[in-house]
Amino acid sequence: MTSEYEAAIGMEVHAELLTESKMFCSCRNAFGGEPNTRCCPVCVGMPGALPVANRRAVEHVIRTALALNCSINAVARFDRKNYFYPDLPKGYQISQYDQPIGVGGWLDIETSAGVRRVRIRRVHLEEDTGKLMHLPAGDSAVDYNRSGVPLMEIVTEFPPDMRSAEEARAYLVGLRAILMYIGVSDGRMEEGSLRCEPNVSVRPIGSDQFGTKTEIKNLNSFRAVERGIAHEIERQIDVLRGGGKVRQETRGWNEARQETVVQRSKEEEQEYRYFPDPDLVPLRLDDAWVESIRSTMPELPDQARRRLIAAHGISEKEAAWLTQTPFHAAYFDQAVRFHNAPEQIASWLMGDFARLLNVTQMGLEQSKVTPDNLASLVRLVDSGQISGKMAKAIFERMFETGAAATDIAQEMGGQISDPQAIRTLVEEVRAAEPDVWDALRNGDTKKTTYVIGQVMRLSRGKANPQETRRIVEEMLAAPETAS
Amino acid sequence: MITDDEIRAVARLARLDLAEEEIHVQRAHMNALLERIAVIGSLSLRDTEPTAHCTALADVMRDDVAEDSLPRVALLAGAPEARDGLFIVPRILDA
Repeated sequence: MTSEYEAAIGMEVHAELLTESKMFCSCRNAFGGEPNTRCCPVCVGMPGALPVANRRAVEHVIRTALALNCSINAVARFDRKNYFYPDLPKGYQISQYDQPIGVGGWLDIETSAGVRRVRIRRVHLEEDTGKLMHLPAGDSAVDYNRSGVPLMEIVTEFPPDMRSAEEARAYLVGLRAILMYIGVSDGRMEEGSLRCEPNVSVRPIGSDQFGTKTEIKNLNSFRAVERGIAHEIERQIDVLRGGGKVRQETRGWNEARQETVVQRSKEEEQEYRYFPDPDLVPLRLDDAWVESIRSTMPELPDQARRRLIAAHGISEKEAAWLTQTPFHAAYFDQAVRFHNAPEQIASWLMGDFARLLNVTQMGLEQSKVTPDNLASLVRLVDSGQISGKMAKAIFERMFETGAAATDIAQEMGGQISDPQAIRTLVEEVRAAEPDVWDALRNGDTKKTTYVIGQVMRLSRGKANPQETRRIVEEMLAAPETAS
Repeated sequence: MITDDEIRAVARLARLDLAEEEIHVQRAHMNALLERIAVIGSLSLRDTEPTAHCTALADVMRDDVAEDSLPRVALLAGAPEARDGLFIVPRILDA
């Protein structure tokens, strides 16, 4: 970015909540499946159907608000947000307007310039909409399976605290981790269960007013979020430099073209005519309820990071990587419990393992390599039974098949480092060529290499050469015994 | 007093296509309604709690338990058009 302008970035994040049932009815909350098979009169908005709030969804939002340092409103309410669009069969979305569940929190993020605090304006609960598909025939089709799924919205404070695409990405990474740790979201951006809509504006440095902002949609990965925002900042600066004006509009990220394109002009302010939903009574979020949720708060990513550093002496960078999801942290914990070599385990996870996951487009949780199996591979290396080079080859097989490290090592013919086994081989060479051994004893040290070579031949190359040398020297140093 | 333009704006939001004379009629109706409601403004309500509902009920919630949904055949029965288990609607350009 060029120096005479600065960007201001705010963000709305939507997360579908992990519940069994939908927000206001008992239809199952799930992803995918046959269209329109998880619907009822409530979630397709048939006249006379009455919504009833899902207690667990309310708890999930309270938990999130607490994890984000928000205050909890003593009374929260549901409102109707009115607009006509076929993804919303009722003609309105049930949402929260002036009495959301959580207000006024923050999230601290790690950036290359240090820790930055991003203030959060509100955390509220609403319902997701149906899914529209545009058919080649010219009309559109609707699947209401998603309609009524509990949806949480987290909005950053205005004026915005974020100044770069990197910070926006860090905020989303940190927020996603928290939502996954506290068990309210699966964090799957590619499936759309976690969606992020940043708003971006730029202004000349030193200006006390913010520029016109645009909203970016269709960002389905961290990379898209960072690139989309970076592109939009550049685009707006170009517009201003050319003497133009940024228009208030919604733009969509086009992954193939790596640019944002206009989706909808917002010159006309949307009129949603919010009003309290008469079908839903207020929620009193009393202290006892809130405190019971606070007291059952699981470990948060920050706590996990500090714990790993304190317990295992790993670096800040390693700890950050290992706590990116609760699954990563649990995986590492389990592996270290099995074989206490935190640094080596971390290095496998962040190195070869991460590389193969990346190549195969898999998440750690989909991998066939269990924490115990990874730990036993590290143990084989640590005990000198296999070389580092061999370990890499074994790991690739583990990754592919999920087979045990020890089995693969055996099958591939692991290196022999067991002192007793090597001693037996050396004894065999001595018995076969007593004159060579005598020469060695009499100071012809060049013969050591020959003996090691013979041991290698007998073991078909599997004997550990360093260990063999050590044992030969040990045997030479020992007083001669009658054989 | 509500104006014809405000009636037009509300009609547009409600997707109502009103003829000119209907706009005048609606304006008269709306103004009559607002006059009635305006009475509230003359009352002293300092000690009255604001309410959004006509009942004193709060905290009506259900446990998070999933149950069977409506059979799809029944769900789609009232749709003007359905195909392959989907509701069919006129093309939406503004996606």
